[in-house]
Amino acid sequence: MPEYKKPETFSDVLNNFDPLHPTMSANMAYYESSRCLFCYDAPCIKACPTSIDIPLFIKQINTGNIDGASKTIYDANYFGNICGKVCPTKVLCEGACVYNEQDVKPIDIGSLQAFATNHTMSKGKQLYKPGKENGKKVAIIGAGPAGISAACELRLHGCTVDLYESKAQPSGLALYGVAPYKITNEEIIAEMEYLQSQFGYTVHYNHPITTKEQLNNLEANYDCIFLGIGMGGTRKLGINGENLKNCIGATEFIEEFKLKPLDTFIGKSVVVLGGGNTAMDAASEASRMGAQVHLVYRRSKSGMGAYPFEYDLAKNAGTTGMFNCNPTEILGNDSVEGICLIRTKIIDGKVTYIENSEFEIKCDMVIMATGQAKMPEFLNLIDGLELDKSNRIICNESYQTTNPKYFASGDAVNGGAEVVNAAGEAKIAAQAIALKLGIGK
Amino acid sequence: MIDISANLAGIKSPNPFWLASAPPTNSGYQIMKAFDAGWGGAVWKTLGVPVVNVSSRYGAINYRDTRIMGFNNIELITDRPLADNLREIEEVKKYFPDHAVIASLMVDTRAEWHQIVKDVQNAGADGIELNFGCPHGMCERGMGSAVGQNPEALATITSWVMEVANIPVIVKLTPNITDIREPARAAKAGGGDAISLINTIQSIVNIDLDTLCPTPIVGGLSTNGGYCGPAVKPIALNMLKNCALDAGVGLPISGIGGIETWRDCVEFLLLGASNVQVCTAAMHYGFGIVREMETGLKQFMADKGFNKLDDFIGLSLPKVQEWKNLNLKYEVKAKINADKCIGCQLCYIACEDGAHQAIELKQGTRVPSIIDDNCVGCNLCSLVCPVEECITMVQTDDGTEFKTWQNRLDENSAPNTFNDQRGGGVGHYVPKPSDALKK
Repeated sequence: MPEYKKPETFSDVLNNFDPLHPTMSANMAYYESSRCLFCYDAPCIKACPTSIDIPLFIKQINTGNIDGASKTIYDANYFGNICGKVCPTKVLCEGACVYNEQDVKPIDIGSLQAFATNHTMSKGKQLYKPGKENGKKVAIIGAGPAGISAACELRLHGCTVDLYESKAQPSGLALYGVAPYKITNEEIIAEMEYLQSQFGYTVHYNHPITTKEQLNNLEANYDCIFLGIGMGGTRKLGINGENLKNCIGATEFIEEFKLKPLDTFIGKSVVVLGGGNTAMDAASEASRMGAQVHLVYRRSKSGMGAYPFEYDLAKNAGTTGMFNCNPTEILGNDSVEGICLIRTKIIDGKVTYIENSEFEIKCDMVIMATGQAKMPEFLNLIDGLELDKSNRIICNESYQTTNPKYFASGDAVNGGAEVVNAAGEAKIAAQAIALKLGIGK
Repeated sequence: MIDISANLAGIKSPNPFWLASAPPTNSGYQIMKAFDAGWGGAVWKTLGVPVVNVSSRYGAINYRDTRIMGFNNIELITDRPLADNLREIEEVKKYFPDHAVIASLMVDTRAEWHQIVKDVQNAGADGIELNFGCPHGMCERGMGSAVGQNPEALATITSWVMEVANIPVIVKLTPNITDIREPARAAKAGGGDAISLINTIQSIVNIDLDTLCPTPIVGGLSTNGGYCGPAVKPIALNMLKNCALDAGVGLPISGIGGIETWRDCVEFLLLGASNVQVCTAAMHYGFGIVREMETGLKQFMADKGFNKLDDFIGLSLPKVQEWKNLNLKYEVKAKINADKCIGCQLCYIACEDGAHQAIELKQGTRVPSIIDDNCVGCNLCSLVCPVEECITMVQTDDGTEFKTWQNRLDENSAPNTFNDQRGGGVGHYVPKPSDALKK
C-alpha cells in the first residue's frame, strides 16, 4: 500500500503536500536568531552562492530590525524569500554552520531568511526604487530566476528592461519546477509581484523568442541582451517504447502537476528513471499522489547526484529505490504497461550491463528524469555565440558570452543548478552589463 | 549530616534562603506559601504609612532570548494597613515558629519608629530590617535611600530604633553611594546588629522606541526605578566584599542582589554573607525555585566536605586583595584545543579588535593560532569562545618569582614618568597604524 491516499479534492492535495518549511513564527525566529554566534569570516556566507551577510541579517532579526534584515538579504539575492524556502540549505549555509562541528543543530538560516522577507513583503514595504533613467535598454530572454534577478539589478542602475517569457507566469523553474511541499505557487508569485512593483520592469508573457528575425529585432532595439533561457525539455533515452502514452519527461510532468495537480495523470504504479534531484521530486510527488513508486537508477544509491535529504524525502513519501538497474525497453501497446530493466555493475567507474539479467516489472507510468536537453539550435542562431561540449553557453567571469552584446546566466550557463546560483550569477552579469553600458561602478 | 541552618545575628532559620522585602512578601498568604515551598525566612514587604502605587510598575532587560536579565521597579512600600500586616505576622509565626519572619520598616519620625518597632515585636517578628535602601519614590520623601545616602542620618535613626528594639535589627543599605563602607560603619555606630545589601540600583532600564517614553510607562510618563535581577550580582558581590573585609563594619551580613541559583548563594556566602535574600528569581519563577537552590547547596557542601554553613562562610575573602598586592610575575597564555575548536573565529576577531592582536588565522584551516609572544593572558578569547574548555589559560611562569606593584614601589622600580622605559608595554608588539587598512 502506498504511504499516501490518492487525493480526491484540492484540499486533499494540500494535505498530502504539507510544507517542508512552514513559515517560522516571530517567537521561533527570535529564539533561533538568538543562537547565532556571529562568527568572524562566517562560513555560512562563504557557502552561499549569493554571499548573503547571514550573521548580519540574523542579528537584525534578533534586534527587531526585520525590514533591515530583508534589505540585507535582497541586496545580495533578489529571490530572497524563494531561496529561503527552496535552497538546499543543508548542503549550503546550514551545512557550513560551525554548530555542526559541535554536534549542535545548525541555525535554521533558510527559515529565518524566509521569515524576514515574508514579514517585509506582506507589509508591502518598499526597499528599492529604480535608478534614475539613463536611456539604456536591455532585453532579457526568459523571466526565470536569472532573468528576473538581472532585471531587478539593471533597473536599480536605471536601465529600461523588457523581459520576453514564453510561459504565462514568471520565475521559471521556481514556479514550474520546484516541488510544491517546498514552496507554494502563491508564495512564489507574491515575491515576483513584490519585485516587479518595486523595480518596474516589463514582462511580455507568452512571448517566446525562437527565430533569427526576432533576435535581429532585439539586437536592433536594445543596447544589450541577457539570456536567461534555462534548459529545454527532457532528453530522449533512445529506447523502444519511450513514445508510448504515459511515458513522460520529469520536467514536463512536474510542470503539469504544479499547474493542474488534480488533472495530471498519475499511474497506480509509477517507475521514475534517474538519480538526480528532479527524479527525487518527481518520485516524491507521484508518491504523495497515492502512486506506488519505484525509483530506478543505473548506479548505486551513493552514486546518485541527488542530495541525500532529497532521496530521504522521496523515501519517506513511500518511494522504493531500485539501484544498479537500467531500462532497456518500455513495454506496452498503446500506453505504458511495464518496463524491462537490466542489472548493472560499475567497472572502472563505468556502468556495465550484466548479461542475461533482464527482468520486467509492471507499471502504468514511466517518468524519465534523465536530464534536460539544452537548446543548441536556438543558441546557434546568435552570431559568434559559442557553446561548450555539453552545449552550455561559454561565458567569462562577468557572464558575458562570446558575442559581446549577449550576457547569460543560470542553467543555460551552469548546466543546471539551484535557483540561488542563477540569482547570484545574474546579479554579477547585470552589474557587468551596467559597466559595459557605461553606467555601472 | 549536612546542616544548612543559618544564623544571622541571632536570627535563626532552617536554611539560608530568605525572601527579600518585596512584592513576594506582601502578605501572610504569600509568605506561608513560600515557607511551605522551602524558604527559610522572609522579610515582610516594608511596613509604614500605607502608600498609593501606580500602574504599571516594572521594566526589564532581556538579553537575546533570556528574559529579565535585569529587572526594575517603581513600586513603593506596602499599601496595606499596618494592623492587617501585624495580624498576618502573628498568624504566620503560629504556623512556622522556626522560620524567620523579619519586619522591614520605613517611617519618618522618632515617635513613628518607636511605635512601629514595638508593634512588630508584639506581633512576634524575629527581627527588624530598616529599609534605608529604596531608591525611588520614597527617597523623594526623605526616606529609603535618602537615609542610606546620609551616614549621619542613618546612624541617628538606627539609634532611635535601638532605643526600643529587643529583637535583632538589620540595616538594609543602598548601593546608590560612592563607598558602601560609610553607611555600613554608620549602621554599626548606630547600634545595628547586622546589615543587608544591596537594595536596588537607581535605573532607567529602557525606552519604548514607539512612544519614546522610558519604561515602565505610567500614563505617558516614567520615573527612575530600582534595578535588580541577575545583572546586578557582580555589583552586590563587590559591595558585600567591601563590607565584609572592613574592620570598621564588623557586622553580620545578609547578602542580596541577583541571587537565583545555588551557585549565586554559595558565592555570597563565600564572600562573607551569613544568609541570602532573593526577590527577582521568585518573582520570575515562583517560590518553587528554592528547590534547586537547596539541593545545589547541599550537593556543593557534600562535594567539598562542608558540614555547616560556617565551614565556608567568608572562605573566599582572603583571596580578594588590593590590586597592588597581585603578583606581576604570574603569567598565563591562551591555548586553543584544535580538536574542540568549531572555527567560529570569535577569539580571533576579539583579540584582533579588542585586545592585543595575539591570534592569527592561517591558510587552510579555520582553527586560529595563538601568537605566544603577543598574548598578554587577558582571558578575552577564552571568554568569547562558545565551546567549553576549548581555549584554556595555561600558566607559563615557573611560579618561583613573586613581585607586586607594591614591591616595585617599595624598591623604587615602578615607572613614574610618561615615557618611562619600565612601563609594561615597552617592547610589546603593536602593529603599525597603517597596517589596519591592509586587512
